This record gives sequence, structure tokens and C-alpha cells, in this order.
Amino acid sequence: MKTKYFFLSVLAMTALLIIGFNAQAAQAPLKEVKSAKGNVSGANLFNRLLKKETQRNAAPSEDGIHDSANDGTHVLQPPLIAYDGLPTSEFGNYVDWVKSLDDGLLKPRYDLSDPTVEPLVMDLDIVREVKASMPDVVFPHKPHTQWLHCSNCHPKIFIPQRKANVMSMSAILLGQKCGVCHGKVSFPVTTKSCTKCHSKPKPADWQPPKSEASLTNPWR
Amino acid sequence: MFKSAMTGLLSMFAVLMLPQAAQAEYADVVINNYADAAGMRPVVFPHWYHRIRFRCKVCHADLGFKFKAGGNKITMAKIIDGKFCGACHNGEISWSVENCGMCHSGVPGMPTQIHGSTVQRLVAPTYKSLDKPAK
Repeated sequence: MKTKYFFLSVLAMTALLIIGFNAQAAQAPLKEVKSAKGNVSGANLFNRLLKKETQRNAAPSEDGIHDSANDGTHVLQPPLIAYDGLPTSEFGNYVDWVKSLDDGLLKPRYDLSDPTVEPLVMDLDIVREVKASMPDVVFPHKPHTQWLHCSNCHPKIFIPQRKANVMSMSAILLGQKCGVCHGKVSFPVTTKSCTKCHSKPKPADWQPPKSEASLTNPWR
Repeated sequence: MFKSAMTGLLSMFAVLMLPQAAQAEYADVVINNYADAAGMRPVVFPHWYHRIRFRCKVCHADLGFKFKAGGNKITMAKIIDGKFCGACHNGEISWSVENCGMCHSGVPGMPTQIHGSTVQRLVAPTYKSLDKPAK
């Protein structure tokens, strides 16, 4: 029994020695790199900064997803021709679709074949209180019902009942709840579009709730 | 270990490079459920073009298009039967199905996707949904 432990400890010691030796060996070439000017880490060549967008609303033949060898591609309408005169936005298609509709610049049909059918518009704002410091969310039914039918969202995506819908920005970013459309077709979730939903400022005396860890912090 | 780290790095590169390589219109849907296998180019559906002419409700409530790229299992047999795209692309409301290359216009081999979607722009890979088993 004793010899077994002895062997084990010897093994552990040699292992430690080898690791220590290896670590020293690994450190040695690092010093060389530091002293040699110009020979810097290859990791620095990988620059994450995004390139400036060179072209917005590219024509189908130049957009990278249409095959320019296909004859039909060149017959398709380039988006910029259709967007001429429409109010702009800073994200998505760079067109403010809701404003375009409000201003009467678009006349999309509400029925497949009958252009006279009018949409069933409901003007009801829903306010959702936000726990954190972001302004509260105001959901306007009006622009949504101008485009969609009640059955598109209720009851499958949103239960039409107060406090029944649990949602978070991470769920939305991954394509659930609002993210079923926002981030795919309707205006996307970007730093420029936060305030489109988070639009109701918090009361003047509002303070962010303190986290439990900060309240019990012994070094406070 | 090294191999998995490299594949991780490569996939990160791919995620970063893909959205920049293509400059397609936001919400353009590439549908490649069956097209490649049938020797056709994948379909590119331009949302922007259709929303100028129809409200979302027409396709997504009346025609039964689900809010999911590739989730409708559209086939040409269904289209000539008057379902999905065939509700309009029948020579009565819009041009008919003999104009193959107008829809089947994508770069061959492209996977089903919504171009410019938030999920495409996330740097970290997303988890697969638990509601439905992956196919």
C-alpha cells in the first residue's frame, strides 16, 4: 500500500517537472518574438471592424445571391427603381414602409384579387413595462393591422391577454415573438432601431433596480 | 482539440464573411428545399417587391404561407394546382409558371435563408430550437 502511494507521488512529481520544463520551453520563443521588431502576432492581422457598406439596394445581377448567368435575373426589377420617392430609413431595405403606406405612396392590396377591399385596422397601443433602464415598449396595433390580419399573430405567437406573453430581447433576436418578422422582413433589431419600440420614457423619479449581488457586496 | 478550434474559427469567419459577400436586398428569401436536387437554380423570393403590391395578410393569412423560410414545402405540383405562389402566378393576376428563370434565379448550391436576417448577423452561433427536432 505504501509503495503504491510512493510510486504515485513520484509519478506526480515527474509530471510536474515535465510540465514546468515544457512551460519554460514554450516561454523561450515568445521572448524572441517580442524582441524582433515587425514580427508580431498573427492574431492582430484579423481585424473585426466591419467594412463600410459599399452598395445599398444592389440590382439583382450584382447582389450576390442571384445567378447572373441566368437570363431571368436581368429581367427582374432593381429595387432602387421601385424605391424612388419613398421615405427612407436607416436599416432593413432603407425604406420606411409604414410611412410610405401612411403617405399613400403605396397601395398594396388587402385581398388577392379585389383592390377595393380595405384593411381591418385597430388603433390600440399596448404598453409593456421594461425591468431595466431602457424606455418602456409601446406596441402600436395600428401599423400592424394595416399590413397583417389578427390571425397572423393571435393566438399562436402572442396570447391576446395581459401579462401572458413572456419575452426577451434574446428570444426576439433568435426569431421568436416580435422576431418572427422584426429582423427578417419588417425593420430589424439594430442599435439604430431600438427606440422605435422602446419609445415611452421612464418616469422622472425612476431608478434602475439594484442587483442582489450589489446589495450584499461586502466591499461596498 | 486543434481541429475543433480550427473549424470553430473557420465557421466564425464564414459567419462574418457571408453577410458582407452578398449585398442582396433585406428579406430576400432563398428557397432551396428541392431545387438543387432537381437540377434547378434555387428560388429567390423578393419580399420588398411583393409588399409593394400586397399586404402581408394576403399571403401569410389567406394563402397560408408560414412565417418560416423553407417551411412551406412548396413544390411545382402545388403551384400549378393553384396553391402558394400559384394563387397569383397563374397568368391571371401575375405572370405564369413558364417563366422558370424569374423565380429560379439564385446561385446554385445556396442554402435556404432569409438574407440580412438578425440571426445571420449574430457573431456567435445560435442554438437550434428545441420545439422541433432538426432534420
